[in-house]
Amino acid sequence: MISPRIYFTVFFALLALTALTTGVAFVDLGGVGNVVVALTIAVVKTVLVLLYFMHLRYSSRLTLIFAGAGIFWLGILVALTLSDYISRGWIGMFEAVLN
Amino acid sequence: MADSHGVVAHHFDNFAQQHEASQLGMWAFLVTEIMFFGGAFLGYTVYRDAYTEAFSHASNHMDVVLGTVNTAVLIGSSLTVALAVHAAHDSKQKALLIYLFMTMALGMIFLGIKFFEYYHHYEAELVPGWRFDYQGADPRHAAIFFSFYFTMTGLHAVHMIIGIGMFLVLAFNSWRGRYSGVYYTPVELGGLYWHFVDIVWIFLFPLFYLLGRHS
Repeated sequence: MISPRIYFTVFFALLALTALTTGVAFVDLGGVGNVVVALTIAVVKTVLVLLYFMHLRYSSRLTLIFAGAGIFWLGILVALTLSDYISRGWIGMFEAVLN
Repeated sequence: MADSHGVVAHHFDNFAQQHEASQLGMWAFLVTEIMFFGGAFLGYTVYRDAYTEAFSHASNHMDVVLGTVNTAVLIGSSLTVALAVHAAHDSKQKALLIYLFMTMALGMIFLGIKFFEYYHHYEAELVPGWRFDYQGADPRHAAIFFSFYFTMTGLHAVHMIIGIGMFLVLAFNSWRGRYSGVYYTPVELGGLYWHFVDIVWIFLFPLFYLLGRHS
């Protein structure tokens, strides 16, 4: 069993990351910089919650596979959908180059 | 072990196997929840990509202070849930009850702040399809932002209301002494659910409150 001390450490880390993400949102990081930083901090917070609050770090392999499957299928959903939306208009670009 | 909940069901070899089956069942449910919210997040991403300007301006109508406070409240409730599971494991009945009630209280504070925000959006006429009179640029696409905002934070709030109901049942059962270090699986699974709802908010907060701030 995880000691409460670790829970408190994770709790304060999550609070610090929340303050960081709010603070950095007011700084213009150019282009997609703000999105990348905001999502990176959110992913770090999520990993902390998954590993310690949700005990994944101490769980069986089978549990890890279940959790990993969810993230993997979410990845398929996102990757296939965005590859469509991002690549729209590419045909026009190719045609412009070829002509 | 006199309690019927404390024995191993006949289709399991032992207690550990039964416990892991419960865990896996909960994770299987959470995977469906990941896909459920994932689709909504993906929809948001596609529309934000198409109407980045409108989304940025619309998101500046959110109250960052309230959003940040609510994030902290929710993280605090995740801590109290983790401590509740820990107390259940140690058979500390009183601590378990206290932590469960602290979690419910923090959940109610979150919902209170959230509905206060909703009320302000209503007052500011930012509710598409009901009361919408957006003063900024590109109101048509700002309406899409607010539709995503109300749908996703609303679904999140529904999950929290369900979670608080679940904790009420857990608190009632722990008050009757149903959980101990031998058997506390429901507390553990309830904790997993609540942490998942916390993770959803960890993404909702930057996407709806923060991304337009720097401009």
